[in-house]
Amino acid sequence: MAQMEMIKIPKDMGLVYEKPKSLTDAHTHYCPGCTHGTIHRLVAEVLDELGVREQTIGIAPVGCAVLAYKYFNVDMAEAAHGRAPAMATGLKRVSQDKVVFTYQGDGDLASIGIGEIIQVGNRGESFTTIFVNNAIYGMTGGQMAPTTLPGQVTTSSPRGRDVETAGFPIKMAELMAVLPGVDYVTRQSVLDARGVRRTKKAIKLAFQTQLAGLGFSIVEIISTCCTNWRMGPQESLDWAKEYMVPYFPLGDTKMSDAVKGLKGGK
Amino acid sequence: MAKGLVIIDEDRCKGCSLCVVACPHQVLRLANDRFNAKGYRPVERANPKSCVGCATCATVCPDVVFTVYRRKRKSKRAAAAAA
Amino acid sequence: MAKELIEGNAAIAEAAIRAGLEAYYGYPITPQTEILEHLAERMPEEKGRVFLQAESEVAAINMVYGAASAGVRTMSSSSSPGISLMQEGISYIACSEVPVVLINIMRGGPGLGNVQPSQADYFQAVKTAGHGDFHMIVLAPSNVQEAIDHVVLAFDLADKYRTIAMVVADGAIGQMMEPAELPPMRPLRRPEDRPSWALTGAKGRAPNLINSLYLGAENLEVINLHLQAKLKKIAENEVRWKEYETEDADVLLVAFGTVGRVCQSVVREAREKGIKVGLLRPVTLWPYPSVPLTRLAQQVRGMLVVEMNAGQMLEDVRLAVEGRCPVEFYGRMGGPIPLPDEILAELEKVDAGLASKEEA
Repeated sequence: MAQMEMIKIPKDMGLVYEKPKSLTDAHTHYCPGCTHGTIHRLVAEVLDELGVREQTIGIAPVGCAVLAYKYFNVDMAEAAHGRAPAMATGLKRVSQDKVVFTYQGDGDLASIGIGEIIQVGNRGESFTTIFVNNAIYGMTGGQMAPTTLPGQVTTSSPRGRDVETAGFPIKMAELMAVLPGVDYVTRQSVLDARGVRRTKKAIKLAFQTQLAGLGFSIVEIISTCCTNWRMGPQESLDWAKEYMVPYFPLGDTKMSDAVKGLKGGK
Repeated sequence: MAKGLVIIDEDRCKGCSLCVVACPHQVLRLANDRFNAKGYRPVERANPKSCVGCATCATVCPDVVFTVYRRKRKSKRAAAAAA
Repeated sequence: MAKELIEGNAAIAEAAIRAGLEAYYGYPITPQTEILEHLAERMPEEKGRVFLQAESEVAAINMVYGAASAGVRTMSSSSSPGISLMQEGISYIACSEVPVVLINIMRGGPGLGNVQPSQADYFQAVKTAGHGDFHMIVLAPSNVQEAIDHVVLAFDLADKYRTIAMVVADGAIGQMMEPAELPPMRPLRRPEDRPSWALTGAKGRAPNLINSLYLGAENLEVINLHLQAKLKKIAENEVRWKEYETEDADVLLVAFGTVGRVCQSVVREAREKGIKVGLLRPVTLWPYPSVPLTRLAQQVRGMLVVEMNAGQMLEDVRLAVEGRCPVEFYGRMGGPIPLPDEILAELEKVDAGLASKEEA
């Protein structure tokens, strides 16, 4: 049972925040300080606020969030590594009245799945992708990811990422923005309270894009990986701010006029 | 009396300290006299009187440890009506 | 060379380097990622070698196809779901006859499964490696030393026959640490020693083609007849297996890999209990040691096949036995490794059953 404290709430106090209904009660397996927990929570808060929990279907990746189906209180599927966008395409096209999202890491989306996500953007599929970018392969123990920074040490770039042999980090938001089928692509971060609040707004607008029947929406979120970066939780947030944000600029990479209309109306 | 109150679900906490750092009023600290069921030092209210119910802790917490309450501000109209 | 305490995956990777691995292309997947990581560390330390973490297993197998076409020793490694992704590439490589070494550190399936040890990719490796008529040479080590030896053998066999040689271990062997001896370092193949069929630039010779497209029914049949003839030669010359206490056995265990190793203990314990059991442990899963099994089928009252799957090698045992004696099965699926006492209990049941059948 949850160990909630037995404290008397003063009568003149009102509830400001509680766990969203779109999250299950399960305690996550994520490491202490892992931003997956925060991002899961934001998606759940948005689903609650939009009142769409019961019509939402999520698709989990292969990566640390492979167990995301334990945490989201919605119908969920497990896709093969990188194929969530293809699975979401198949699912959404026969379930137009449902809210469909994929939740993917940088290996899943930008490495093995890069073909799928580009084609989904190209076709303008009407679902939403939450893209968690922490510049490393977490689940398999810290290998280089497509978004690993030049010089960054990982277990498969033990001397630091050498752009001569391994290429450059991929800027997915910019890559997706080129495709006409993409209505909304933004890059946010959850590296401080302000960033978390902005990310939530972006996630909400992405789901509203879907609800308005528009094209593809994707939120890239600069995130951390304490364990494989070999840093503490706060240290990881600070490192990401100092090194990742300059490389991956934050902001709305592309917002079609239709989405601007939604935002204005909000 | 404090303006805000945070209720802590201790067993969800992983002792990551992001809330301790983020809280603008130094309300929180990790307990140093106990471990929770997971084996972490859970967060506790060190300084509850300073809490304003801003929910910054809940905003940065990856593990949904916090439920946040805040004293409702009586509007001037309500106060006048009560008078 | 002296023995050292070494992890299975690291040993496999290092053995490949010593065997002259020139290009490795792979992708992270548990429980074999340490192979990739070891090579990431070591390949740049040795001159003239290439390491690259590919964007996926599909890319990796095609990179391997490319390197093999250039006539160099090349390898990839993966685990079950990743091998599934490689199957198209495997078929292309098999048809175009470029030598390739592959490592499958098998995990629980089907689907994403889990990361526990399994032997459920036997059919995949031996029967359905990819679409079309072909077979890879499949080697099944049962400990770290064998894994090392099989990696070196795989490179030699792949080159000898212009074929794919796959070493199938499981997560237990990949992750365990044992004392083992690594082979001495072999020099890399010199560019001038690359095979004459390789793509090295058509200087002073007609252009070479690495291809698997043969339009026209008769054309492709000719290719297939050639591939089948090659497989026949491999089957005649490269079968390998080990027998333990089979000379006077009246019941036979058949098992490969980790389970084969566990069964060695079972033979010992069963003999102490008076059961005259022997073990045949296939070392090549393809070509399969059917001949010794057919021989032993005439000697024993029955066989017990033990695998970490639902009964895959079982079918090849039954084919070899051709109905001459009963073939029973005991298996665990999804990760549990059958332990000696559990297999022994099953063996005792089978042995008792065979005895009563004889009396009847």
